[in-house]
Order: sequence, then C-alpha cells, then structure tokens
Amino acid sequence: MKTPVSWIREYVDLPADLTTEALAAELTDLGLKLEAIEKPGDQITGPLVVGRVLTMEPEPQKNGKTINWCTVDVADANGTGEPQGIVCGAHNFAPGDLVVVVLPGGVLPGNFAISARKTYGHVSAGMICSAAELGLGEDALSSGGGIIVLPEDAGKPGESAFGVLGLDEEVIEFEINPDRAYALSLRGVAREAALAYDASYTDPTQRDVPPADDQGYPVVVDDPAGCPVFVARTVSGFDPAAPTPDWMVQRIQLAGMRPISLAVDVTNYVMLETGRPIHGYDADKLQGPIRVRRAREGERLTTLDGTDRALSTEDLVVTDDSGIIGLGGVMGGEATEMSETTTRVLVEAAHWDAVAMFRTGKRHKISSEAGKRNERGVDPTICEAAADRVVELLTTYGGGTAEPGVTVVGTPPERTTITIEADLPARVTGMEIDPATTIRHLRAVGCEVAEDGTKLTATVPPWRPDLVDPFDLVEEVARVVGYRNVPSVLPTPGAGRGLTREQRLRRRVGRTLAGAGCVEVVSFPFVGDAAFDQLGLPTDDPLRNTVRLANPLSNEEPAYTTTLLPGLLKAAARNVGRGASGVALFETGTVAFPSDRGAAPIYGVDRRPTEEELAALLDALPAQPLHLAVVLAGERERAGWWGEGREAGWADAIAVVRRLASDLGVAVTVEADARMPWHPGRCARVLVEGTEIGRAGELHPKVCASFGLPKRSAAVELDLDALLRHAVDVVPAPEFSTYPVAKEDVALVVDDSVRAADVEAALREGAGELLESIRLFDVYTGEQVGQGRTSLAFALRFRAPDRTLTEDETAAAREAAVARAAELTGAQQRS
Amino acid sequence: MSGPNTDYDPVEVTPLKPEEVESARDAALAAIAAATDLAELKQVRIDHTGDRSPLALANREIGALPPQARKEAGQRIGRARGAVAKALGERQAVLEVEHEERMLAEETVDVTLPTDRVPAGARHPLTTGAELIADIFVAMGWEVAEGPVIEAEWLNFDALNLGPDHPARTMQDTFWTDPQDNGVVLRTHTSPVQARTMLTRTPPIYVVCPGRVFRTDEYDATHSPMFHQVEGLAIDEGITMAHLKGTLDHFATSMFGEGISTRFRPSFFPFTEPSAEVDLLCFVCRGAGELDGARCRTCRGEGWIEWGGCGVVNPRVLTACGVDAERFTGFAFGMGIDRTLMFRHGVEDLRGFFEGDVRFTTAFGSEL
Repeated sequence: MKTPVSWIREYVDLPADLTTEALAAELTDLGLKLEAIEKPGDQITGPLVVGRVLTMEPEPQKNGKTINWCTVDVADANGTGEPQGIVCGAHNFAPGDLVVVVLPGGVLPGNFAISARKTYGHVSAGMICSAAELGLGEDALSSGGGIIVLPEDAGKPGESAFGVLGLDEEVIEFEINPDRAYALSLRGVAREAALAYDASYTDPTQRDVPPADDQGYPVVVDDPAGCPVFVARTVSGFDPAAPTPDWMVQRIQLAGMRPISLAVDVTNYVMLETGRPIHGYDADKLQGPIRVRRAREGERLTTLDGTDRALSTEDLVVTDDSGIIGLGGVMGGEATEMSETTTRVLVEAAHWDAVAMFRTGKRHKISSEAGKRNERGVDPTICEAAADRVVELLTTYGGGTAEPGVTVVGTPPERTTITIEADLPARVTGMEIDPATTIRHLRAVGCEVAEDGTKLTATVPPWRPDLVDPFDLVEEVARVVGYRNVPSVLPTPGAGRGLTREQRLRRRVGRTLAGAGCVEVVSFPFVGDAAFDQLGLPTDDPLRNTVRLANPLSNEEPAYTTTLLPGLLKAAARNVGRGASGVALFETGTVAFPSDRGAAPIYGVDRRPTEEELAALLDALPAQPLHLAVVLAGERERAGWWGEGREAGWADAIAVVRRLASDLGVAVTVEADARMPWHPGRCARVLVEGTEIGRAGELHPKVCASFGLPKRSAAVELDLDALLRHAVDVVPAPEFSTYPVAKEDVALVVDDSVRAADVEAALREGAGELLESIRLFDVYTGEQVGQGRTSLAFALRFRAPDRTLTEDETAAAREAAVARAAELTGAQQRS
Repeated sequence: MSGPNTDYDPVEVTPLKPEEVESARDAALAAIAAATDLAELKQVRIDHTGDRSPLALANREIGALPPQARKEAGQRIGRARGAVAKALGERQAVLEVEHEERMLAEETVDVTLPTDRVPAGARHPLTTGAELIADIFVAMGWEVAEGPVIEAEWLNFDALNLGPDHPARTMQDTFWTDPQDNGVVLRTHTSPVQARTMLTRTPPIYVVCPGRVFRTDEYDATHSPMFHQVEGLAIDEGITMAHLKGTLDHFATSMFGEGISTRFRPSFFPFTEPSAEVDLLCFVCRGAGELDGARCRTCRGEGWIEWGGCGVVNPRVLTACGVDAERFTGFAFGMGIDRTLMFRHGVEDLRGFFEGDVRFTTAFGSEL
C-alpha cells in the first residue's frame, strides 16, 4: 500500500515538522511495516520552474529531424527577466502553453546536469521537460510521454514547478499483513497515524448521506450471506471526455495505480480513500433490475479483462435481464463496462463475503486491487458513504447530476463482541498493563468497551473483522503499548534430557565420515526418470516407485527421491568439472517410499484428534528412512613428493562402511552382490546381523560415464536408521594380555572361488582361544600357485592371558588353524 | 699356550718386560686417539685388545712365570689393559655422539614440503549450524524435536490455524504430493513439529526443531525450493511474550556475540497471537547502520536484520493439539538457518549451500 504523506495529513493533524521517516517508523511499530519511502523529487535539484512558450520556430536539420527553436518566458527565474532560448526536439506543445523548464544549474534524475550549450546553431539555455526526464510516470499530467503541458491554472511563469508536479510529495509504501485489511486505505493508515501521535482524526467516510428510498435502481439480492449490503446510486449527464483533475491523477499515481478515465479514476480514488472497492456500470447497457446470486452450473462470463470464464456454483454473480454482468466483488463483465461513450453511470458499493471473494479469486486466478480488499474484509458500514463520495466526485468533475433515488439492500452484519479478563494483556505479554490502560487502548483502536467487574467486553469496530478472539485484543493493546516495552526474561525449564540417542549418533556419523576425508553435501531431493536411467536401474526396480509431486518445479524431476545417489553423484561430477582431481562426498538425508494407505485425513481443529485418528494420519504418510550415501571419485590419495597417488576404488567404499561401523560398535559383514548402479563383480551387500542395510562398491562403468565421473568411482548407500539401531550404547572396556606375543605367518593356496573371509573364519576357528588377531596381508596369483588358484598370506598373532606361550603351544595352534582351513576351504599350505 | 718351563728365566720373558708392556699400551692409546669413526675404533679394539693383540699375548705369558713373579707382571699387564679399555670406552662415547650428530644432520628434511596426502573431509555448515543452535538451547534445558519432511496437510496447516482458505495453501507456495487431495505435502515450515510435539507430549514443553522445509520458490541467490528452519516452542504455565523476548535475546547473544539483542515488530501469523517479526541488532555495525563511514553491507544500513517470526501460541493451536489452553500458554518462533548462516558468515549466494562444491564446505571444517 503506497500512501502519499500529504494525503495522510489530510485526515490527521500531525506535527508539521514530523519527518516521513519518523512517521514510517512509528507506523511500523504499530504493525504497518515500512517497505520503502519514495521521494519523487529528491533526485532533482536546482531551478525547475513553470514557463510559458512565447515563440516556437521549427528548423529542419540535415539528419532529417526537425527541432524547435523556442523562447520561453520564465519571468525573473533566470535572473534577467528576458525570455529563455531553448532548443527542443519534441512537438506536442504550442506557443502559449505552460511548460516545465529546467534552467542551467539544475540536475535531473540520473545525475543529469543541465547547462547552457551550443547545439543546432543556437545556444540552448535549459530544457523543456518531459515526464520521463523528471522520473515521473508516462501518464503524469496526461502528457502521453511527451513534453508536459501544464493546465492554465497550474502556476505563473518563473514559479517553482515542484509543487505543481507533485515532486514535493513523499510516499510511504507499507507491507500490509492480511489481518490489517483496513490499512489498505488512506482512511485506515491515517487512523493508525492518529493512534501513533494521539492526534485528532477526521474519518473520510463520516459524511451526511441521502437516506435510502425505493426510487433508486432496482436491486435484488438472493444471497444475503454472500452479499449482505448492496448500495446503488446513479449519475446521469456525465461527460465521458471530462479529464481527471491533476491532483487526483497525481494521488492515484503516487498510490501506485494507473489513471484511466475520470469515471474509473474516481472509483479507484474512493477505494484508496475509504478501502471500499466500487464498481461502475454503464447504466445504459443495463437491462432490467440487478440481481445478486450464486452462479449456476455451466454459466460463463467474459470479464472486463477479456477472459471467458466458466463459473462455479460458489461464485457470486451480478446479473440483469441479459444474464450475468459481473463476478461480484472481484471483476466486472465486458458487456456493461464503462467506456468513452458512457454518460450514465451506476455506482455499486457492495459488501461481499470475504471467504467467497478469496475462493473466487483463487479459482479464476484473478488478482485485483478490489479483490485484494474484498477477500481480506472491508468495513461493511461504509457502502453508502463510499457511493455518495463517488457520486460527488463524478458530478463535480464530470459535469453530471446525481439522479434522485438511493438503493440500499441489506444491513451490515452485527458487530463482534469479545469478553476478556481485564488482566489478560498483562498476563500474556509480560508487560505491566493495568486495566485502565487496556480500556484506553482498546477504545483508541475503535472498540467500544464495557466493564463488568474484572471482565471487559469489547465491541469491535466494523473495519476490524480480524478481531475475533480474546488474544486478538491482547495484540491490539500490546502494539499500542509498544512491543519495544516487552521485557526480556529467560524462562526456567526443568532439567532437559539432552540430545536423543539418534541425535548423538547422527553427529558421530558425520564426524567419522569427515574424519575419513569425506565432505558433506546437501542436495535437493527431487528426482525423475532421467536420474534412474543414469543409474541404470531396471524398469521394475523398486527405487523407481516414488512419491510424486502434484506441482513439481520441473517436470524433469517430479518426485521425491528414493536414493541419495543421483544428487550426490551430480555434486561429485560438478566438483570434477570444476577441476577437482579427486572428490569424496557424503550426504545424509531422508528418502521416501510411497504409502499405500490412501489419503491422509483432514480433521477439525476444535479438539485434539483421538489416538486412532492420529494413527490413521501418520499411517498415511510415506515411509521416510534416513539414508547415508558416499561417493569416492578419482584421486583418493594425492600424488606428491612421497610417491604415486592412488585412485579410489571398490575397497575404499567398503573401507568407509567398515570404519563407520567400527566407530558405532556395529559388526557388519559384506557379501558379493550384483545390482545397479554398481559394477556386477565389485558390489558388496552390507549386512548387520544377517539383515541387509545397503550396498557399497565400485560403480558400473556406464554409470560413471553417464554422470561424467572418473572411471572406477565408488559409492555407498546405507539405511542409516537401520545401522544406528544396532549402534552400541555402552562400550564394554576391552581386556587384553601384556604377555609376549607370538607371531606366525601362513600362506594358503585356495581355489579362486574360495572367499578370503571364509578362509579367515576357518583359520580363526581352528586357531582357538590363543589367537589374538588375524590379518590377511598378501594375495598372490601366478605361475607359482597354478592356474585358477590363489595364495592368501595371513599374519596370526597368538597370546595367552596368563603366561608366555611356548613354541610348541604356538605351533600347535597354528597347525590346528591350517588344518581347519584345509578342512573347510580346501586350503593347502604353500611350501 | 706354553707349559711351565723350569729353564725359563722369568726376568728375561720379553713380552712381560715393563718397556714392552708400556710400548704396547702406548701404541694402543695412540691408535685409539687416532680412530676417527666407530668403524676405525672397532678395528683398533680388535688390534689392541683382541686375542692376537700384544697385551693379550703378554697376558697369556704370565702363567709361565714362577709364582713369585706373577703378581707384579699381572699388575703391570692389568694396568696397561685397564688404561686401554678406559680410553676405548671414552673414545667410543665421543665417536657415538659425533656419529649421531652426523646422522641427524644427514636426515634433515624440508619441513615445508606438502603433507596433504589424504585430503581433509568436512561437515556441512547447515548441519553444524543446526547443531550449534541445538546446543545453545540444550544448554538451557530444552530438547530437540524432529518430524518428517513429507507431512500431513492437517499437521502442516489446519492444526496451526491455517484454515482451508489460508492463502499459503495454494499451489503457489506449497509442494503437494500427487494427487493433490492426498492430504500430504512437503512441509512448508518446521511448525508441524510443534504440533507433533504437543500432540505426543504433555507440558511443560521446551523444544527446538531444526529441519528442512520446502516452498515452490524458484532457485536464485536468495530463494531456494528447499531451505532450513529452526522452530522453537515453549509451553508452560505462565509463559509470556517476555519469556519469548528473553529466549531470543539469549539466542542472539549466543550466536552473534555479547550485546546483540532483538527487537519485535507487530506482525501476523495464524499460529501466534500476538505475533511479531523479530529483528536482530546488526552484529557488524552494532546498530549504527554504517561502518567506517560506509553503509553497513550486512544490514544494508538498517542497523537491524530481519531474523524471523514469533509470537504467543494461538490458543486455537493449543486446543487442536490437545493442550489445555486455560491452564497453559506458550510461545513459538522460527527463523531460517540458511539465512542466519548467510549473514553470520557472509555467504553471498544461497546456492553455495546446495551446490556441493568442496571448496565451500571444507572452509567451515567440522564444527561452526
């Protein structure tokens, strides 16, 4: 809402020296938030004066243009009283016209300094100004974008043009919250200014209006709930060519609207002034009585924006004998629109149901100044005053006469009353507010207040449909007392329980992965078929079954993801594309799998849902497990003076999983798997207590290629919730022996098909209790062990808790280990 | 070894003559002194104290002497051998020190060589920022509550007094899951966690709820379809706006430093009444609006930074969530974590958080 300060001052007796900035700050403190202050003239300095064109000689130029060599009377403004010689390229004025002249020494917007300069064979001493050059809208003073020609009564030559042009105006733009619809009018903003400065206030809707009678235009309202009040007045003999007075054009423009024609400008002006949207009909195009009702199935209307609309049975419509002529309160119809031939105007000032207005606006995607006010709630008691004001302005400036007859159908709804304990504002705000203060402030905002013991009953003013609940009154009192007076007091909750187990574990996961050299990323969870295709997922892969969005930002990514890999692989590729030779990333985030339980119910809000209702609600939501994904692409260890670098591979992915599991105290096992997007021979299924929790390994070469990642990039994706469920809560302290260790190495030859983990398990089993640790330290294939055979070398460490082991004991344990491995895996000791 | 020799004249056994012994001793001492490294000294030790050395051979002859002569000869040899052993030990110590010094000098490296063989990892500032905020509140006895990002429409809107005709419930702002009448949305704020908390716990309740939220905003330097909020909710007997102010002032101080306070401006949110916008005193210019004569870039000269929204929990919300609105009052607040970190750390473009460029993230390390 843009409000010229001079217009506010018209209704409020504000201190003369009050700055616009101070006023805006006070109003912001009251809840009208300052958006911007505009000072149209503050980029213009120096002599800007009214001038009269005395002579105007057209002089054709070689370049094909014709310039005008003018002399302009600026009286003594130039210091000599002699006419000022000025070259002007525009032609939309004539000798005798009053124009705006900037004299040498002036500066126009854009830091455009004016000086006397030689051009087209003359010394041009200044400039005759257009609206654009002054930073004004194209429509300023009906100039049509050319030179501004002032009305004859605008001023005398030599006088300052600032006031004439409204350049001395200052405009405050407020962001109006939806509960303060009354402030979408000068009436409302001025009332708040009066409240801020305890200043006297004149309500522009307080006027004597002619009484309703049955002589006015016939109106029937079939739906009084949708349209409680309908006021109609008629002006005839109106001159459609009559210009809008400049002061009105200026105010409409300063308020951010476009002047159109006198009749339209007047309705807009009165809306800005009072907050009440007005609709004007060309009365000669109306056929028979006006009737307000809901639209019927299948009805259509072409609104004045030229759109043909199919109407809903919820839409409120205005009709006459020809059918529907307007979408009530939202937009008029084309057929009865006022035009340049309209001489008889029917003025409609009606009060509409706000919810119906909101729904109609939303349904038809119409956003208008009228709709904005009607859907937030307008004072229902000012219809007659607003209509009368329109009639006054139309007849004053358009030359018509008000027809006798005043149609008023319906009565404004009863005013709301709210009863509160007088100390409620103090109890809710923590400020010291006594009942007398509460009563005073409630009255200041327009409530009538009755006292009854400790209770106060407020009858809220008709322009405040937002005031419904006791706490609404608390806010009114609090904002007048001033939010700045709210004291600062720390609450004192009891002992808290700290972070939950899961919250602590999630932090640990992040630290472990960062410690492993991985960098966390946060990606958008939106996904589409393209990403699943890039991952090489088969068409029936369960990951393709997604929670879809009804209104995705991009049709390419219309779903919530089931895997973190697409976002993570794209981020990795982005880093590689920006020159990283290696990148290790991780992300934790929820993925979603659709629920098949149907729609989530919508309950009322007058009570808590029952446990069953709540369970049904939560049950309808998709499963949203927390996942962890890691990608290791390119250089895992850098090359340097220490030697070669090392590319990431499948083992690094599994190493990350093992390190994480170890930090969490979870025993994970891996087994071979083959599933996209992983390399079929280099993919591990990760298990905890026999349950699969995810996969790790090298990505399929096609996947690396499709995402633009280095060959052999590796990735992990785990169900982190599942992993964390198994995390150890209390780590038992380890016990270990300090007796000397006995080390034994064994090299075992096995068939290629035998897995290292099985050999290790057999050795461990055979070695018995004396075995402290076992570690595979070498894998060899080649001629020495024969085709299809592999040599696995293990380092075994034996130690007893209570003594130094003898050589015989160690050898026996070692032999038992080898024997067990031979028995279970066919391993032969390498000679 | 020689046997006893009765014809032998002990005085005439040449190796045991005093001058012979002294000569052998002096030769040994001279060789020890001349040894320049441990290897040379080792050879000297073999030559002058080994089995074939003159003093060892002389010592072997003592047994051949008549008993009355053995003592004197033994003492003579013993003294000579003792002197040699002592000199050897001393020389050994000196040469060992020299050797170690030389070795260490030879092993000197250029400590300015790079050591970044395994690049460092890092956690995301949005993660560590949320943890920092959580820790500030946990230190006051609050707890951290969480909820799903794909949320029931009723919890995201209705329960929070955003009725069916509230403007936020249009396709303009909210991501709806398909079909749109499914009653399931991507949560537009962390406030449904408030509702969940009230529905499942009994007051007193003091929780913060950090998390991801979604709006159908186009992606640019200051807007993102996904961003992060932290919500705070306190429900207790006697809770007032003053407690809200106290909590936010403490939060501001903890995040931005001593003396950084907040101010309230009246505003409107369906779930709070009274409602306020909360501004943060600019922690760069400390409210002055300018710094070294230039307009403060952090607050754009305002002196204050818009931080979030807050207010007293609307009793309608308490009722819908099963809290006795006669007995309890509460306050709630919410602010963007991304936005908070943007001005705390001078992040110019919101997209930096979501691009995954490791150069951005590693700058923040593993804690904020």
